[in-house]
Amino acid sequence: MTLPHAPSYAPSYAIIAGGDSRAFPPGDPFLAGAVPSEQAEVLIFLAGAPFRSDPARTAILIELGCECLGVHTGEAAGEEGSNVLGLARWRNGADPPSPLVELVRQPRSADGAIAAARDVLASAGLTVVVVADQAGRIVDRLLRPKLNAALRFLDEGLASAHDMDVTCRLGLGYPEGPIERVQRGGLADHHDVCRALFEIYGTAAYAPARRAVVAAQRRAHGVG
Amino acid sequence: MSVGAIRSVGVCGAGGTMGAGIAIVAARAGFRTLCHDTSTGALARARVECTAFFDKAVARGKMTAPARDSALAAVVPAADLAALATCDLVIEAVFEDLATKRALFRELDAICPPETIFASNTSTLSITEIASGCGREDRVIGLHFCLPAPLMRLIEVSPGINTSADTLHAAWAWAEACDQTPVRTQDKPGFILNALLVPFNNDAIRAVEAGVASPADIDTAIKAALGYKMGPLELIDLVGLDTQLRLGEAFYPITLDPRAAPPPLLRRMVAAGHLGRKSGRGFFRYDGNAMFGS
Ligand SMILES: NC(=O)c1ccc[n+]([C@@H]2O[C@H](COP(=O)([O-])OP(=O)(O)OC[C@H]3O[C@@H](n4cnc5c(N)ncnc54)[C@H](O)[C@@H]3O)[C@@H](O)[C@H]2O)c1
Repeated sequence: MTLPHAPSYAPSYAIIAGGDSRAFPPGDPFLAGAVPSEQAEVLIFLAGAPFRSDPARTAILIELGCECLGVHTGEAAGEEGSNVLGLARWRNGADPPSPLVELVRQPRSADGAIAAARDVLASAGLTVVVVADQAGRIVDRLLRPKLNAALRFLDEGLASAHDMDVTCRLGLGYPEGPIERVQRGGLADHHDVCRALFEIYGTAAYAPARRAVVAAQRRAHGVG
Repeated sequence: MSVGAIRSVGVCGAGGTMGAGIAIVAARAGFRTLCHDTSTGALARARVECTAFFDKAVARGKMTAPARDSALAAVVPAADLAALATCDLVIEAVFEDLATKRALFRELDAICPPETIFASNTSTLSITEIASGCGREDRVIGLHFCLPAPLMRLIEVSPGINTSADTLHAAWAWAEACDQTPVRTQDKPGFILNALLVPFNNDAIRAVEAGVASPADIDTAIKAALGYKMGPLELIDLVGLDTQLRLGEAFYPITLDPRAAPPPLLRRMVAAGHLGRKSGRGFFRYDGNAMFGS
């Protein structure tokens, strides 16, 4: 088991804001710890901010949505990697962000950049894991097929939404069941994440479940 | 069997992991509980465990000493299957083998009165198939307990195709009388719990295999993002990689769901003897209670 990462020294960081950040929405305490970019060892480009490389920095982090880091950096037949890393803070739809940050690396990412990025984020009390640049990273890759399965079971009459949720809470000790989770996060949002993963994996597990498609279509018609 | 008419419960396979726990649940709720197992040694061991469980409950203030004494008095060993003739409900938790379970229900059909309900604790088999040919298909139902049964409240209640509404109601009422929480599910592979869990666990193994992240980081991510108490790989280590393999092998041929198919890494780890906690090594290494990164 990895021990919690307790950095002895947290590098300074600057925030380059763009549009709406899902990772660090306005008021997030992490934003208050930033320094002006001239003084920062680590630059963090939040969603929508135009990214520019800077090899002089210890690390550069780009906030990711469903896309891969390679979309921003380019790729080189498995030899890609630099001081530029991806950052994704997991959120269930419109829920507040979770403490989890998936730090996305490439095959040749600089070890020093990963260590510095970890230190910056862990010092702010976030839980940091290092992930390869694969679609859905860890959480969406594992969670979305399960939510789709639960939604399909509901359609097929395997059990009621209530009974599926109770089963997961009592039988597995989860804080909430799959139907209550996907409903709270938003079925249309679930649809969008699944579509992005389905484009890459192409397997039935990632095809958005019917109820998610319905929610997305209603949103498109302005009735969702 | 009408609702509320269940007074006496038989447990077949009461010397096993699940049967012993189910007997505790029934006896704790005041049902006379006849415990049968083909292994008398296992039955004797289960009796010792049952006594220890109730003693601990008293020591922790969860049960009074008189309640323990009456619960223990309610647990009656039944070396002979014929003793189950007095039971209103018989729950089987014998080996997970269709032929064994079917043979047992056929034998019980000749022993028990016509109104006795037969319940199966199967995890992977179909209730309808277990009931088929037993002579009382309308009085057979799935009652799937969770491990450890005396601590986990959930029971998945699954009627087969021929199960009557009366049987469902009586079994449901019995579960509630045991202070358990019943949920209703169709007779489909894995019911709810394993239908969601087994593919999810396989997906976690596939993520390791695909180099997405280390097992420790996969577990950390799931716990931090979703609030699960245990990561999927830690959980697989606990239940055993061989068990995860068996579950996948049971479900995949029936559902043809690719997520249920055992991942190649799982097969290799089982072949290498990396079975999880019980062998000291799975996705993590274990030394006594300590757990280390893989
Ligand atoms: N272990 C679990 O986590 C778990 C959870 C839920 C359901 N189940 C299900 O419960 C059942 C039992 O599983 P277990 O893990 O307790 O197995 P186990 O091997 O621990 O126990 C089975 C017991 O059944 C006895 N037995 C075998 N054939 C018998 C027969 N014909 N008549 C009477 N006794 C017989 C054996 O001697 C043994 O004591 C299986 O159907 C399994 O799928 C297991």
